Formats: sequence, C-alpha cells, structure tokens
Amino acid sequence: MPTVPLYRIAHGRTGDKGDRSNISVIAYKPEHFKLIVEQVTEEKVAAHFAYRKPSKVTRYVLPKIHAMNFVLDGVLDGGVNDALNLDMHGKALSFHLLTLPVTVPTEPA
Amino acid sequence: MKDLAVGAGAGFSGDRVDAPAPVVKTLIAYGGPAAIIFEMLAERTLAYAQLDKLRDPAKGYEPLLELELRPILRDCVTHKIPIIGNFGAANPKGAAAHIERLAKDLGLPRLRIGVVEGDDLSGSEGEAIVRKYIAKEYAGRPFASANVYQGATEIAQALREGAQVVVTGRVADPSLTVGPCLAHYGWSGTDWDKLGGATMAGHLLECGAQVTGGYFADPGMKDVPDLANVGYPITEIAADGSCICTKAANTGGLVDTRTVKEQILYEVHDPAAYLTPDVIADVSEAEVTQVGKDRVRLSGVRGHPRPATLKANVFFDGGWFGEGEISYAGPNAEARARLAADVMRTRMGPLVKMRFDLIGIVSILGDDSGRMLGAAPVGSATDVRLRVAGAHHDEAIVDRLMREVTALWTAGPAGGGGVRVAKRKRLSTTSCFIPRELVPARLSYVE
Repeated sequence: MPTVPLYRIAHGRTGDKGDRSNISVIAYKPEHFKLIVEQVTEEKVAAHFAYRKPSKVTRYVLPKIHAMNFVLDGVLDGGVNDALNLDMHGKALSFHLLTLPVTVPTEPA
Repeated sequence: MKDLAVGAGAGFSGDRVDAPAPVVKTLIAYGGPAAIIFEMLAERTLAYAQLDKLRDPAKGYEPLLELELRPILRDCVTHKIPIIGNFGAANPKGAAAHIERLAKDLGLPRLRIGVVEGDDLSGSEGEAIVRKYIAKEYAGRPFASANVYQGATEIAQALREGAQVVVTGRVADPSLTVGPCLAHYGWSGTDWDKLGGATMAGHLLECGAQVTGGYFADPGMKDVPDLANVGYPITEIAADGSCICTKAANTGGLVDTRTVKEQILYEVHDPAAYLTPDVIADVSEAEVTQVGKDRVRLSGVRGHPRPATLKANVFFDGGWFGEGEISYAGPNAEARARLAADVMRTRMGPLVKMRFDLIGIVSILGDDSGRMLGAAPVGSATDVRLRVAGAHHDEAIVDRLMREVTALWTAGPAGGGGVRVAKRKRLSTTSCFIPRELVPARLSYVE
C-alpha cells in the first residue's frame, strides 16, 4: 500500500491562543477519514513536533465533519507576544503536520 | 420575515478598508433585517492600543476607524443596518466621538451611538482584581494593562434601545454577532442551543476573509477564484440559531464546506466546549452542508450554560524586542550566512538569548531554541538571509544587538547586503479567569 504525505488526503488550519496551538486535520474525502483517525494519533503528532517539545498533545475527533482537532501545548515559545519567531503565531504549523506520512489503499488522485 | 443577516466588515486591526462596502451593498439587496460587525482586536492588538493611549489619551482606538466606516456609514444609517465593532479598543469613548465627528462631516443627522465598557482593568482597581486571580508566578511582574472579555448582553440592549452604532472595547469576538441575534429574536439569555448557534455564526464571521478563501488558498489543492478580490462573509442566522454562511455579491473567493470546516475549528480547543461569556458552544455534533453556490449551512451546534467567570488577558512590561537581517547570495552563500551567525554569537556572548534563522533554509518551523536549525545539515544554498532576534528588559542591549548586525556590513563575511534592523517595546501576556460579578459591563450613549 502506498505511503503519502497526509497533505494529499487532508487539509487543515492553525490557530493560536497564548502558548497553545490548535491544528485541524480535515479529510477531503469521507472515505479517507477512518484511516486518518487510525494513523494520525496523538503519539504520532507529538513525535512529528518533537523539535518543539510540546508539553501535551490532545486530539478531538469530529466524525460528522470528517475532521480532527489537535491541541499542542507549549509549542509557541510563550505565544505571540513572547516568541522570537518570525511566525510568532505558528500559522505555518498546519503545513508541517500535513507532511506526516500515511499509508493509503490506493494512490490518491 | 427573513432571517437576520450579519455581515463582517473586518476581521482584524489593519484589515482591508475596501472590504465593508460590498458587504453593505449585499445586505441592502438582501432586504431583510441586517447588521454589520467589525472584529478588530487580536490578543496583541489591545495591549498595544493601551500603550498608544498612555502616550496620547485621545488615541487607543482603531487607527483605521475612519477609513473603515466613511464609505459605509451613510448607507448603514439610511438602510437601518446597525454597525457593531470592538474598534473602541482601549478607548471606546474616543472612537464614539470620532464616529460622531464623521457623521457630522458626512452631513448625517446625529447618531445614537452605544458605548460598551467595563472591560478595561488597567487602572489600580482593575489591577487589584487581576492580581487576585493570576498565577503566583506573575506576582512580581510589572503590570501594564488588562482587559476582560465582555459578552453580548449590553450590545443587545443598545440595539434594542435604538443604537445605530455600538462601540465596544474587549468583547468576545462572537458576541459582536450574538448581540444583534439577541436583540432581533428576543432570545432569553438561557436559550443555550440558540446562543451556541449564533456564537458559531459569529465565529465564522470574526476573521473576515478566513471563511471565504483567505488563509485557505493552496494552488492546485485548494484553488480560490479571484483571491485578490476576496469577498467578506455574511451569515443568515435563523430563529433556531442555525445559519447559512455566504459572502458579499460580485466579489472573489468562495464559501464551501472546506472553508467553513477550517474556520469552525480555528482557535478552538475542545470542540464540545468553546467558552465565551455568553455560552459554552459545542460543535462536536455540528453539520455543514453545501446548499447553493457559496452557501453553506451550519446546523447542529449546541450550547451549554455560560461560564461563571470571564477570561481576562493580562499584559506585563516585556522589555524590548530587536531583530536584524542581512542577505548573502551566490557561491558559498550559506556558509557565509552561517559564519555571520557565528560572529554574532561571539560578539554578543551571553548578553542576550538570541534566535537565529537562515531564511531560505530553516526559519519558520523551528522554535526559538534553534534545535531544528542545529539539526539541519549544512547545505549549499545560494540565496540566504540571516535573521537574528532577541529580547531584553534593557533597551541598550537590544540596541547593541542591532548595531552588531549592522556592523556585519563591513566587518562580517563577504558580500553581505540589505541590512535591516528594528526594535519595539514588547508586552508579555498571560490570562486568568475572574468571577463575572466583579467586572460588570457598562452601557452608555453618545448622542
């Protein structure tokens, strides 16, 4: 079975409040939702963001809209008013999450 | 009777000033009850407005206020479309006075302008309240300002009492939309599911173009027509709190289930508990359905009783922030940029903790500790911009950092060009929760 970046089958968006980032992961197609839920876990996301040392990663699942919401604590260097990063909100982080590899039954169109 | 249509004129301080006119035009053509909101306060905006007000007591409200309202004020007054905005920021009375002058200048009759205050806890009484509820670790920090998030109740009251414009300071973003819903439908403050629905309608509106193709477009994956002229959103909110999200007519952008889903979860943590002063909104069972071109229905939002406390954002003097950049290009550019970073480390020593970015290699995804850049293999990039940033309570040290970056022009590696340096005062932030009875909102009128 082919392995592709999550980006091929899902989209998402980052929001921030204080030192906490939330990243949505939304399946483009309902038929991919189950495999995304199975493979994109709290543990995998925490490992994927290891270089930012999240103190906690929490996942919420919204089956009716084929979406998940990840909440990453302590990844914004104190938040928008304290970080030295150019991207002090962490707006780009959703695109990093979407590089997570997932295994799909067939190559997505 | 048609449903209440609420349009968004702005989604942050500094938003496009040509956005509101097409929204107002669409609301007029809609022909039913309507309102337009301006959400112009982010976590940092208000703190900086407080600094502006300290420097000049006449300031501290949204600097773009006149540019936002001048093109639409006459139409809104004529067509009975109330304007609700948190563009009062740190100085709602100042903003109201400005709108009054603008109305006069436009030759309009005197307006009834409601002003919602009570959010500003920056005085000594406010500070005393805040000090009781913030975490102990902040006890010794130099207090700068604090604002508590107020809700929709006073906005609704102002509208029921005939306000044509409602100016607020810090209110929760969705409350700008919940206010007109309460006033129009006469819901009680405990119609939790309806309030939850209206809150999420407000949540879709509060970031302006973010639900109509902005912060969304990704060529080839999520294409957006005519992004340059993206239209701002309108929600038609029904008596049961469900809504249809659409956008201003004859504009670019799009509203589809993807844009709506992304915005539903934007800045949401637990989807079953989105806390606002008005209600705890719950989107865990919400459904989105495309019901027409650029029309998406949001239903199934529930609500739970509002929290007993209100959230306050608290700001402390955060010293100074400074940064500098210099570019290297051509053969061996990356090595020269890395050498420039080493020079900065040696020159600054332990004076200040610095962040280094090699723009074009690693500059965004890494955190301030530099672990990601440190782990990146040394490559042979030929177009690299070094960025150095630091923060310190002592302005002189930030000045020194900027001078050292500037000196790279002549004393750094070969071919360094395009030095830019900048500094600004910084406010550090935390939040806390305060029993709502201690921080009541106040409504008054300018007329």
